[in-house]
Amino acid sequence: MNESVSRINAMILRYLYLHKRSVSRTLEVIFWPVMELLVWGFLTLYIQSLAQTEVSKIIIFLINAMIFWDVLYRSQQGVSISIVEDIWTQNIVNLLVSPLKIWEWLTATFIYGTAKILLIVAILAVIAFGLYHFNLIGMNGFYLIPLMANLLFFGWAMGVFTSGLLIRWGHAVEALIWGIPFLVQPLSAIFYPLSILPPSVQVISKLLPSTYVFEGMRAMIRDGVMPSSYMLTAFLLNIVYFFIAGFFFKWMYAKSRASGRLGRLGMD
Amino acid sequence: MDQVLVAVEGLCKRYPDTLALDNLSFHLKRGEILGLLGPNGAGKTTAIHILLGLLTPSTGEVSVFGLSPLKDRHRIAKRLNFSSAYVNLPTNLKVYEVLNVFSRLYLVKNAAKKIKSLLDLFEISHLKNRVTGALSAGEKTRLNLCKCLLNDPELLLLDEPSASLDPEMADTMRGVLKKIQKEQGIGIVYTSHNMMEVEELCDRILFIHQGKKIAEGSAEEVKRTFKSGSLQEVFIKIVRNGDLIL
Repeated sequence: MNESVSRINAMILRYLYLHKRSVSRTLEVIFWPVMELLVWGFLTLYIQSLAQTEVSKIIIFLINAMIFWDVLYRSQQGVSISIVEDIWTQNIVNLLVSPLKIWEWLTATFIYGTAKILLIVAILAVIAFGLYHFNLIGMNGFYLIPLMANLLFFGWAMGVFTSGLLIRWGHAVEALIWGIPFLVQPLSAIFYPLSILPPSVQVISKLLPSTYVFEGMRAMIRDGVMPSSYMLTAFLLNIVYFFIAGFFFKWMYAKSRASGRLGRLGMD
Repeated sequence: MDQVLVAVEGLCKRYPDTLALDNLSFHLKRGEILGLLGPNGAGKTTAIHILLGLLTPSTGEVSVFGLSPLKDRHRIAKRLNFSSAYVNLPTNLKVYEVLNVFSRLYLVKNAAKKIKSLLDLFEISHLKNRVTGALSAGEKTRLNLCKCLLNDPELLLLDEPSASLDPEMADTMRGVLKKIQKEQGIGIVYTSHNMMEVEELCDRILFIHQGKKIAEGSAEEVKRTFKSGSLQEVFIKIVRNGDLIL
């Protein structure tokens, strides 16, 4: 029995050692439950605030929001998963020493990610139409293109930012690939209006392009028109975030190259 | 034929707790095979990573084809290639798919013909539809060498390329490298712990220990310097008495 206790202790120690070296792994323990509580808590507050006549509209909001959220999430994943896959397979050094330029690599991930998103959205739209009589194109009309384009750009910016972290820290920050979009989720007022959030949180939310997309989507479903300022603000913020993410990636690349991590990516 | 492909002068790489390279200088001419030797942690891979532009040196001058690996990495990358026992090719792609992707990255003309000739050369044509992850260590090494020669490089940086090869295949590989050295005037920087192989293959040897150059010259010259009968003896002498030599 004592031998078993010792071996169990050894394995617990083995897991705890990982936490000691990886902040992201430790944060992950509390990150997901907190994010879930925030999203579902704010959604509950929103439903409670609705008048009886408005409750039927919430289904339309939610289905539309769910499809749009997937565009944002998948576009970020399209970039960072493509990069991390070459870290996992220890092929990344072969790419980094080839004539491939960084912008060419990122562009390839954007195009590949967009193709996957178009396929996913088409499948979701068909299923939503068949099962819930929800018409994605009919519901969003012409606005579908700018709404989705803004989410796509913001997802790319997040993907480039996450990839910068991967290039600098490798395996140690892998959890952030999945975590970062969910950090944005409760702040973007995806499943409930911005007004549900506490005023202090709204200040942060208003800095995110995704907030304007989802607010615009709700305005359109509710009133039939979308204020053009929403899409313009989202677009301008996306430009800012895209530049920030690009510079961040460049900075992380330089740090990784100076520290020797770049040549060891995937090997630690 | 005397064109210098690689010139390194006073190269240092400092980490917070280590001096990985200490005032290292060497050069490589076109058509020459330089053996970079030293014990584990001597600084061989660090030097290769600096040549590849993967690592920023602390001080010193480095040029490859007369260009800076940091500023002109893209231009240099077209003309060289690299293989390491510690770097894999995509394990989830088939052998042919891997070579097809890299031939596009290196803009190889007549890629299909080139891939076929390389697969034949390293005797892995029968594996072209096998997933890379399912290959043996030796087969993966041969695939790595195929990838290395796709773009007809002028300079090859090979970090322990024969580590997983059986003696027969290692001999084939040395034969191929000698052949392309003669026919194409290719320059090669070669690291290995197999001293016999280094003696057979390399025109010149650079011994480094704790980041410093200990000896440089042909295998015979290095052996004479250390009054040893073989490179193996030199290696052991350097590792065991390295501090005294330094």
